[in-house]
Amino acid sequence: MRNGNPMLSISTLHAAIGEKPILRGVDLAVHAGEVHAVMGPNGSGKSTLANVIAGREEYRVTSGSVRYQGGDLLAMPPEERAKEGIFLAFQNPVEIPGVSNLYFLKAALNAVRRHRGLQELDVVEFRDTVLERLRLVAMEEDLLLRAVNDGFSGGEKKRNEILQMAVLEPRLAILDETDSGLDIDALKVVAAGVNALRSPERAIVVVTHYQRLLNYIVPDFVHVLVEGRIVRSGGRNLALELEERGYGWVQAPEAEGGEEARP
Amino acid sequence: MENAASQVKGWVEREYRWGFVSPVEADTIPKGISEEVIRTISARKNEPEFLLERRLKAYRQWQTMIEPRWSTVRYNPIDFQDIVYYSAPRGMKDRPKSLGEIDPELLRTYERLGISLIEQKLLAGVAVDAVFDSVSVATTYQKELAKLGILFCSFSEAVHLYPRLVEKYLGTVVPFNDNYFASLNSAVFTDGSFCYIPPGVRCPMELSTYFRINAENTGQFERTLIIADAGSYVSYLEGCTAPRRDTNQLHAAVVELIALEDAEIRYATVQNWYPGDKEGKGGIYNFVTKRGLCAGNRSRISWTQVETGSAITWKYPSVILKGDDSVGQFHGVALTNNFQQADTGSKMTHIGRNTRSTIVNKGISSGRGQNTYRGLVKVLKTAENARNFTQCDSLLLGDRCGAHTFPYIEVKNPTARVEHEASTSKIGEDQLFYCQQRGLSREDAVSMIVNGFCREVIRNLPMEFAVEAQKLLEISLEGSVG
Repeated sequence: MRNGNPMLSISTLHAAIGEKPILRGVDLAVHAGEVHAVMGPNGSGKSTLANVIAGREEYRVTSGSVRYQGGDLLAMPPEERAKEGIFLAFQNPVEIPGVSNLYFLKAALNAVRRHRGLQELDVVEFRDTVLERLRLVAMEEDLLLRAVNDGFSGGEKKRNEILQMAVLEPRLAILDETDSGLDIDALKVVAAGVNALRSPERAIVVVTHYQRLLNYIVPDFVHVLVEGRIVRSGGRNLALELEERGYGWVQAPEAEGGEEARP
Repeated sequence: MENAASQVKGWVEREYRWGFVSPVEADTIPKGISEEVIRTISARKNEPEFLLERRLKAYRQWQTMIEPRWSTVRYNPIDFQDIVYYSAPRGMKDRPKSLGEIDPELLRTYERLGISLIEQKLLAGVAVDAVFDSVSVATTYQKELAKLGILFCSFSEAVHLYPRLVEKYLGTVVPFNDNYFASLNSAVFTDGSFCYIPPGVRCPMELSTYFRINAENTGQFERTLIIADAGSYVSYLEGCTAPRRDTNQLHAAVVELIALEDAEIRYATVQNWYPGDKEGKGGIYNFVTKRGLCAGNRSRISWTQVETGSAITWKYPSVILKGDDSVGQFHGVALTNNFQQADTGSKMTHIGRNTRSTIVNKGISSGRGQNTYRGLVKVLKTAENARNFTQCDSLLLGDRCGAHTFPYIEVKNPTARVEHEASTSKIGEDQLFYCQQRGLSREDAVSMIVNGFCREVIRNLPMEFAVEAQKLLEISLEGSVG
């Protein structure tokens, strides 16, 4: 399964918010076609990792490196990363009053297409593309005409993120706590949308606190992040074990040794 | 927020693209204001006696008045003796009979401003009256409009062609003693547009006036009068630009609208006077009185304005709702950048029964810009069942600008229902990052967020103007990559 160079390769990554260190040496390699789950207790650095990959400036990288498709990811501004195929499904998608969801999607898609040397879609082609992807997330058409996330319910916001992902067709998608605040039905819909987007060319990193989401999006690899380090990596079963035994089980990384994270 | 701050700094680099000067020879009178100057202006325009009398009355009134100090705008005292009150492109004393007679430089000027005076090239469906400094240089589509009985011409022409209409309506909405700047205008106004729509006629095209200040040290005192007779409809657009200069120039206009029974007037402004440079030097002082009178029952007046220019903007387009069931609306966007100051809003006076009014104002402040919303909703005793809804939202970019809100409400009738909503927000790093994560540059993101913020107002503009207004907002945001 793991042929060639990884799409994303993180080495001894340290990052801080202000002066407070959050990530303390993360190593992780993600290949095309793989689905990785990053799990961990609150405050372990999961969201920080997701935001550092996407390029959010408040998260300051203090040392280490991140390579993406062979290039230095950390040298790229966030919009370049996006155009190169990195997509972050936000934990708390923001509202943009007055800007229609459809207009926003079109601007984003055309920015990505221009970057890839493709023609911008005209309004009819775009409409057809969106309507087709809309079915993936079982979203109502009228949400497209409303302002971006403005007055959306928690579930609608999360679905909207997956819709954007479906339209933008990223190479590397990072889902930051996409399951938080979803009831079981919404969770199934969102998971089905994500599963439909699994492909040999695409890598997906699912960041989550709970195992529950992984019943629906089944990962190839599970990593446990504790205090800014990946203390354990394994297969699907690791998540189930975690659910049974709790994070306390992996809290002491040095003592456990065993399945240390491998790049 | 460091990033938003550096972004805002980028705004400061904004370019004013309309800042050129046209090499047009001008017929200019000496600086200063006096009865003699007013007599000269009136004589140059060959005005009837009644108008000169009104000018002199206004001038005497103005001399007894003091400059208003209640607004938040701060500026150096205006030396009214240092202003030229009349400047006309040479050869314009007798208005050219055809476009072929207009100075080619003038045609070029308007071409550069994106307004072609050559009729064939005009945007289909927009008739333009072009005012250059103190005089109107061309009015297009006049003949076609005349077939419908619509009178559309420069104010100076109207004085000669339709003196009775002018005498009957001029000063009925904004009296000569209304306020300091309106009185000054009533004394020295030079030109502007005049429009009369006869009963039952729906004006088939947008009427438009384009104001251009060119000459140095010249004040522009335009006067516009629009009368919509019973059951008629007109949509009117106004655009403005001026050259870039280090000195401040005064623009004190008066616009009067009168809607008779069942008539509707929609008046839209995109104001882009020179705003001054990034140190706050130069720029237009824009002191304007705009007021509409819903004289007849079921009449409607709507003001829409997008204000991105001027060093100082002081204007409160208002509606007097006299007729029963009449409707007044105001939708405004004011953007202040660098050292620009705006004190703007609206005034709705409810007199008739079942009168309704809406005020929607969007203020955007950046750089060291100061933006004030000032509004008055007044419900008189007679205004049974009056309704008002006011919403004013402020958007701040950076941390050196300011937004202020002064909503005044006076209600004398207990059946009135007056609602007021207000909000202040900042463009957040969250919003910018969200857009960037989807592939948009910071600059595009800011522009998108600002346009979204103004959407309610922009969509009130006629199509061509909406596009222009959006572009203008974008240009104002140029060079903002953080």
